[in-house]
Amino acid sequence: MHADPSGVLTGQHYLDGNHAACEGALAAGCRFAAGYPITPSTEIVERAAARFPFMGGMFIQMEDEIAASIAIQGAVWAGKKAMTVTSGPGFSLMMEHIGLAAITETPCVFFNVQRGGPSTGLPTLPGQADMMQARWGSHGDYEIIALSPQSPQECFNIAIDAFNLAEQWRVPVLVMMDECVGHMTERVIIPKAETIAVTERRWTKKKPSDYKPFEAGPDLVPDMAKAGDGYHLFVTGLTHDERGYPVMNWQAQEKLVHRLVNKIRLSTEKIIRFEEEDIEGADVVVVSYGITARVARRGAELARQKGVKVGMLRLVVVWPFPEKRILELASKVQALVVPEMNYGQMVLEVERAAHGKTNVVCVPHGGGEVHDPEVIAEAIIRAAKQRS
Amino acid sequence: MTETEVEKKTKKVYGEVYIDRERCKGCSFCVEFCPAHCLELDKAYNSKGYHPPVLARPDDCNGCDLCGLYCPDFSIFAVMLKAKKNGRGVS
Amino acid sequence: MANEAENPVNPYLRMDRMPSIWCPGCGIGTSVNCFARAITQSKVDVKKLSIVSGIGCTGRVSGYLNFDSFHTTHGRPIAFATGLKLANPELHVVVYSGEGDLIAIGGNHFIHAARRNVDILVVCVNNFVYGMTGGQVSPTSPSPASFTTAPYGQFEEPFNLPYLADSCGAVYVARWTTFHVRQIAKSMRDAFGKKGFRFIEIVAPCPTLYQRRNRLGDGLDAMRYYKEKSVIKNGAETKSLRIDFQSEITVGTFVDRERPTFLEAMNDRFQKALGNKYVPYPLGPNHELKSQPRAQASA
Repeated sequence: MHADPSGVLTGQHYLDGNHAACEGALAAGCRFAAGYPITPSTEIVERAAARFPFMGGMFIQMEDEIAASIAIQGAVWAGKKAMTVTSGPGFSLMMEHIGLAAITETPCVFFNVQRGGPSTGLPTLPGQADMMQARWGSHGDYEIIALSPQSPQECFNIAIDAFNLAEQWRVPVLVMMDECVGHMTERVIIPKAETIAVTERRWTKKKPSDYKPFEAGPDLVPDMAKAGDGYHLFVTGLTHDERGYPVMNWQAQEKLVHRLVNKIRLSTEKIIRFEEEDIEGADVVVVSYGITARVARRGAELARQKGVKVGMLRLVVVWPFPEKRILELASKVQALVVPEMNYGQMVLEVERAAHGKTNVVCVPHGGGEVHDPEVIAEAIIRAAKQRS
Repeated sequence: MTETEVEKKTKKVYGEVYIDRERCKGCSFCVEFCPAHCLELDKAYNSKGYHPPVLARPDDCNGCDLCGLYCPDFSIFAVMLKAKKNGRGVS
Repeated sequence: MANEAENPVNPYLRMDRMPSIWCPGCGIGTSVNCFARAITQSKVDVKKLSIVSGIGCTGRVSGYLNFDSFHTTHGRPIAFATGLKLANPELHVVVYSGEGDLIAIGGNHFIHAARRNVDILVVCVNNFVYGMTGGQVSPTSPSPASFTTAPYGQFEEPFNLPYLADSCGAVYVARWTTFHVRQIAKSMRDAFGKKGFRFIEIVAPCPTLYQRRNRLGDGLDAMRYYKEKSVIKNGAETKSLRIDFQSEITVGTFVDRERPTFLEAMNDRFQKALGNKYVPYPLGPNHELKSQPRAQASA
């Protein structure tokens, strides 16, 4: 299925990441957006307010992030693709509804343009300190998919991927941007609509009498229906059976939550995405994501100038995490260096996945600005010299 | 003719009441608010221990279905039937 | 009597989930019965009917009704309903929840949806207590009734819900008790024929927690109190509708007016700003009705 041309602004543009993300959403077929202003994400909804009316879409500024994060789920069950947009403090408010989307398997996209935290923190400056929260922020056991763009062009591309993944896996998908990528302006090429692959919602082919909204096929993902078509839907946040009816016992819990978690875990290899450079023969591999990956590339260059063989692994899909690949690399390299704009979040996953087979070096940063590439270079060089 | 006989001769509508004894929770709303006071709680109880209503005075029921409207458990409803010349009515 | 005939409301219920969890003498089921009657009488297209509820005893209503049912998070059914309705205006969206869910945690969403005049019907069952969680105080609890979180008696001022709805701009505001079954059904029918943010408060008994803890008898006793102490005053000033402990309860239809709905206002503004470039957003049912205020509803 290809993109609807009315939502595709084909051409070469000069856009910042926020604007590009909005265009990506439109290209993906998103026609409902609800949001609440919060720096540094607001441009995404501002563009949505300006653009959506022309596509038969709807943008509404809700009264708070809690409302925005559930209004989009109402829109999804009415049949639309929907998104909301926020930053740290709003992300925290949205946590309950990320859990609701997970247990009701409501496909929707949340953009978090991360800023310095915690609390009100540094509203106008970048951070990457919500990465663990993206995975674990809501209560209970559940799985989500999270991606991290490193450029305005990727904000466009990844926005489309996010909607496609949401529809394919019936899961909330988080696009973890940061203020730097959101506010930097670069060339963004938007291709022709017919070249953009868009995943349609998994509409059920069954009749209402046969359809069960939470009965899954072999990929553990149920087909979907929408309100108004006579399906007598029953969607609840309570633990439920295949009909959607609440069942309050441990067996139902086991059956449902097990499937929800396995839905992503057993298909991790299909979902993960990362890019590698110069891995062959590398002594040290830098694992990074988002804007930090671009800075790390410079750091790697500087380290190479000092004679270190450095490879790069850039996480594009951050959750689920590519454990298998990290374990493989851990067996081959001397060290994995993980720079990130936080005090150590994804590095914990790298450590866990490495199973102690190599040195894992954290290059933290409180946020507010990107790393100094020299600092990353020094960490790489030090890691290369150390015998594990 | 006695008063009751006049009433019976001129009565235009009858009611038939349907009670789901097992679904009833014995709240007594129907008994209390029946305008003709023709329902009573049964001395017998259902499998949950509640006393469902019974139509104690069927001739007084005119099928207004107030019992049906009040019932919180959808376990009683009345149907209004038109009186025939002899015997009970048709709907 | 014979049991072969089927209760006419059965098609509206998920029969495989009966009996309900509601206590004997709880008024929620009665309000749902009235709702079922209103749906039949107003000939609403039930295929397009969506029920959205929150958490609490009244929140369970969506689970017993056989339409498209959405049982959302605590306090948020109105926000969910806003998204549902705006994404597909053809749907009839009814929010059916309790006063704690809609007015305490959900208060913000309530006032904004009313302000925006989102085209949804909100049925708020007010039993003065948080029943599902064991009997805590709620925003309408009267003083000095006792609750688990107000063990020495409630001392806060209660909300006057029709006043709140009126001041936020709701276009239809009514209050009835579960004694007033015919009036509830009529109000709901009237509401189905209107567009905009419509609000119906239904005062109902909570026999297990409110009645029993405050030594007020059971559900039947509450119904007798409603019968005795209710006064019907259609068109009364909403400011005067306070309910105190075992006080007079003023019921009736208080507000019935017209103003542009969210979508009407949106289309109007965009058309003025963008002219022919803007294709109007679909408005949904009832919008073809002329904007005439109805004559005062009678009991």
